[in-house]
Parts: sequence; structure tokens; C-alpha cells
Amino acid sequence: MRVNGAEVTCEIEARLLLVHFLRDHLGLTGTHWGCDTSNCGACAVWLDGEPVKSCTVLAAMAAGHDVRTVEDLERFGELDPVQRGFMECHGLQCGFCTPGMLMTARALLDRNPSPSEQEIREAISGQVCRCTGYATIVRSVQWAAAEEAGTRVADSS
Amino acid sequence: MQVPAPFDYERATSVDHAIQLLDRLGSTARVVAGGHSLLPMMKLRLVNFEYLIDINDLHRDLGYVRVEPAQIRIGAMTRHRELLESPELLRLFPIFHDAERVIADPLVRNRGTIGGALCQADPSEDLSAVCTTLDASCVIRGVGGERVVTMAEFYRGPYETAVGPAEMLTEIRIPVRPNGSSAFEKVGRRAGDWAVVSCGVGVWLDDGAIADARVGLAAVGPNTTGIPAVSQALHGRPPSEELYAEAGAIAAEYCTPVTDQRGTADYKRHLAAELTKRALRRAVARVAGPGSGADKGVG
Repeated sequence: MRVNGAEVTCEIEARLLLVHFLRDHLGLTGTHWGCDTSNCGACAVWLDGEPVKSCTVLAAMAAGHDVRTVEDLERFGELDPVQRGFMECHGLQCGFCTPGMLMTARALLDRNPSPSEQEIREAISGQVCRCTGYATIVRSVQWAAAEEAGTRVADSS
Repeated sequence: MQVPAPFDYERATSVDHAIQLLDRLGSTARVVAGGHSLLPMMKLRLVNFEYLIDINDLHRDLGYVRVEPAQIRIGAMTRHRELLESPELLRLFPIFHDAERVIADPLVRNRGTIGGALCQADPSEDLSAVCTTLDASCVIRGVGGERVVTMAEFYRGPYETAVGPAEMLTEIRIPVRPNGSSAFEKVGRRAGDWAVVSCGVGVWLDDGAIADARVGLAAVGPNTTGIPAVSQALHGRPPSEELYAEAGAIAAEYCTPVTDQRGTADYKRHLAAELTKRALRRAVARVAGPGSGADKGVG
């Protein structure tokens, strides 16, 4: 499979879950391993461009496909706008849910650059945060959306 | 750590290949599509298989919503998200859009498939109620060819379907009839949860009267339940609030809920009546058309 753009080949047990493959075999511990029951969403990564819960995908099922993890958000030493939004608006406290939230937020903004609060809440509705009450997460995503809109305006002027 | 017991992994490259594998491996094998019901059950060791046959590559053959004059055909590998976003389904069967918005969550909907949902045959599963409501039929393919069964024939009991060990569900067909619409109502304990009760309604009008109406309920019996008595009671009568209440009362009477952690049997009967009423009201309003404003009615 391709992980964050790099081809990865590995012999694995069929029952190995994608989240454990990423963390234990590739050392990509940014993806968190949470509830193990596809409820909490801490393990969210992209599979072929869409966020999925990697505790409920076999690593073997991802063979030949594209996987993207939170480690790939930072580009050329610069944090992604959603990462900066979470910093600016206190989108995290303990940080456990954050990698999953970031990946879902990035996917949302790629499809819908100016989501409403309701659309943001729906997009993260499969993910659990026990610190923030979600309000600051929503604000963080809104910050990122505004930041990107500003950048687009600046680019086109 | 929850991991499934050891198994061997095979990846099917075509429907025929999947069926050959199933035929060879028998009941020790199971196909996996989205995996969001099967893998959690395997992690809990509620089920164990010697082989899993990954059919996700078959999405290119079985991921579709095709509109024909008299029916819609939905490939078994069509994912929840695709059903939610299908403009054809929104136009012809808005019940899918209603239901898909409240099935699990967006990440699960990116993986889960209609075929997987139906084959799981969970009595609380929403798409099963939708397909029961719409009088869908299921195309099952095996070594000897294809057969088509009704939803009533498809469900054998909780977690049991008519799909044999060497067969797979390939397509769901839904008849398209004029001057009709549909709606879905669900009450769950929290976002993304299974239904306490959910209810689908399909209704077809003729000259201001109900030509046909179908109700499908989830989570109030061993299978998703069609309520033929409602169809009989509504046939030929003009829609009205009194009629919706009557239909709700019949639905409550004919369903068979049990008390569990999601609620008491009495509460579920109450919901069956109320949700039948609300879904009927919305479906009838939709026949009048989105411009009528009647669709906005509160439940």
C-alpha cells in the first residue's frame, strides 16, 4: 500500500488491523488507537481519500490502496491550516481525539471549503472528544476554513 | 486489544471469482465488504471464519444506482455514502436520504455497503426497513446462476438470510411506480446509534386517495417488519390526520417489540405508532411536491 505517498511492502498476518499496522509496523503513532469498536474515531485515517476508522479495516484490505495519516498533514515544515486552527482556537485539551478530528476536518474542507456549523458537527459526529464539548473543535475548523478562504483571495488578487 | 481469531485472507477479483472461492471453501468462509458489522463481531469472537474473502474490489462492478423505467437497481457494493448522495434516489425514493443521514456516522458510511447491511440481517438495521417498505427484491448469485427473492423470503430470522454458503447478494431491485413518495423516521438513544424504533413509509396516490401504502418497521420484531394490515386499512382512502393515527395504531398493534436496554416494549409500541404517523404525513406531503411546502411539517 501507499502510506503518505510512500510505497510500503510488508508481510503481515491477515487479521492485523490497519491501525496496528500503521502504529506498530510503520511507527506512525500519530494515529491513535482508542475504543477498538469503531465508535470513538481516534483512529481515523484516509483510505483512498476518504476518512475511515482504521480499527475496523484490515491492513490487508488496504493493500494496493492509498492511506494518509496525520503525519502527512504538515507539508514543507508548515502545519496544515486545520492544525493551526486547532492551535489558535484551543481545539484540543488532552489531544487523544485530535489526529482523527484533524483528518476528518481536512477531508471536509477539501470537499466543502465553507461548511456551516451544522455540517462541521455532522462531519465529526462519528468521533468522540471528552475534553472540549466540541465547541472549540467546531471553531478550529471554522478558523481553518476562513484562513484558507483568505489565502485563496490573496492568491487570486 | 481486540483482534479477530486467525484466518486466511483472499481477495476476489470478480463476482464469479468470489462465488468460486465460496463454493470451494464452504461455510468456513465469509465475504467481507465494508466490514463494519463483521469485523467487530469477529473481534469479539462472536463469529470465527477460516477464510475471509475481501470483495471490496468488486465495487467497480457492484457499486451503482441505475434507474430504469420500471425499477431502480442498486449494486450490493454501493456504499452508504453513495446512497446518501445519489440524486436519483433523492428524487425517486427520498426515504434513502432520510435513513442514510442517521445510519451510523459519516466515517462508517464511507465503508459500509447496502449488501452488507442487508446480509447482516440485524433486526434493528435501518436499510432493511427501507427495502421492506419499498417492496424490494434481492438478486442472489451462486454457481448455478441467479435467483431473485422478495424481502420476506430474504429474511429467515435475526442474522439469517436466504443467501446460501456458496452464494452472494449482488443487487437490490426496487419497483418504481408513479405518483408516490416515501419517508423514514428514526428514534435512537444518541447520534449514530441503532434505532430504538425506526419506520419507513412508501405511499402512492391516485386521484387524491391512497392507492397503496407500505410501512416497514425496524427493531420491533425478529426481522424488519412490513405491516400488511396498514396497507389494507389505507387502501382507497383520502389521506388525513385521522387516517395517519389509525395507521399508527395498527402498526403498534401488529409489531412485536421486546423490552431491552433501548427501551420498554410499551415505549417501542408508542414509537411505532408515532413514527408511522410522522412518516406517512411526510411521504404524502412529498407526493404533492417539494414546492408545496407541506414537506416541512413538524412531526
